[in-house]
Amino acid sequence: MGINIFKGWGKKFFSNLFKTKENVKLGFYGPPNAGKTSLANKICQDWLGEDIGVVSKIPHETRHVQFKEKVTLERNGKKIEFKLIDTPGIATKIDFEDFLGFGMKKKEAQSRAKEATQGIIESIKWLDDMDAVVVVLDSAENPYSQVNITIIGNLAARKIPVLVVANKIDLKKSDIEKIRAAFPDYEVVGISVKSGEGIDDFYEHIFKLVKKAK
Amino acid sequence: MAKKEDKSSKDLTIHFMPYSEIAKLDSLNRIKKLIGLILEGKIIILQGRLTAEEESKMIETTMTLIGNIRGFQGVEISTLSGEEDQSMFDKVRHNIARILVGEQDAITLIGPASVVKDIKRDPKKIELMLKRK
Repeated sequence: MGINIFKGWGKKFFSNLFKTKENVKLGFYGPPNAGKTSLANKICQDWLGEDIGVVSKIPHETRHVQFKEKVTLERNGKKIEFKLIDTPGIATKIDFEDFLGFGMKKKEAQSRAKEATQGIIESIKWLDDMDAVVVVLDSAENPYSQVNITIIGNLAARKIPVLVVANKIDLKKSDIEKIRAAFPDYEVVGISVKSGEGIDDFYEHIFKLVKKAK
Repeated sequence: MAKKEDKSSKDLTIHFMPYSEIAKLDSLNRIKKLIGLILEGKIIILQGRLTAEEESKMIETTMTLIGNIRGFQGVEISTLSGEEDQSMFDKVRHNIARILVGEQDAITLIGPASVVKDIKRDPKKIELMLKRK
């Protein structure tokens, strides 16, 4: 027990000793189809001129953690640099039959479901390694889902700074106030990756978030 | 006739679980106990809640079971705690109570996704939707 505490303290001490603001790990978390990869692509396009991953209307398109090293944002003469980590959407259930509706054959759907379950496990395991997290939610969906609560609860327990992004504010059903009411302890930024609305404000918040990272 | 009644009663079982049933278990055994009941096709109404870490551990465990246990598609879970409307004073009081007696001040619904279609939660209510057979 005592040795474990010492080991944990030692690991943290040395990782903090060599960690600079340049190697902050900024994770993108959320339920499937909230727009995590779309937002990560937007950032990578704006600042690196390239994409990080493929997006699709089919849930669980991202089934592996994806990275982009050294993403540098500049604003008012200030710079921040971080490693962008896009994670697979977290869900509590996966039924391969749901994928059949998207024109997939049974084998392909089963294989996608299997990969999706592994992606979720990978996402959860990565929680421990994050320095700051952007939780991306679909503002047209009910925010009180247990997945959202579990993700944010885990980040709070690990004292990881969080920014909640309410994506898809261009949709009629979008309700950003509902998200604010669900997570009153967190800053919520409304954006539409599709239309570009709110992106400037989002970058402003990313600056603050990365600075809060240990 | 009596046999028929037995069969239908197996179709859907709701298991009410007082907090005392999990209070003395460690996280691993709490998850094992809950998943064991879920694999029997039962819907659990738990007094209290799991911690965020236990919830994520439960998601991880269920993900490893999907594809390995026939017909298992994961779980539906929702917790109603009433924490959202609390003032700062209430939050402090709630946290002290949590340290003393555990996470009893909540209700958690957990069920197999093959039985529970959806659990809709709005701030103050939970609606459980079952799959029609």
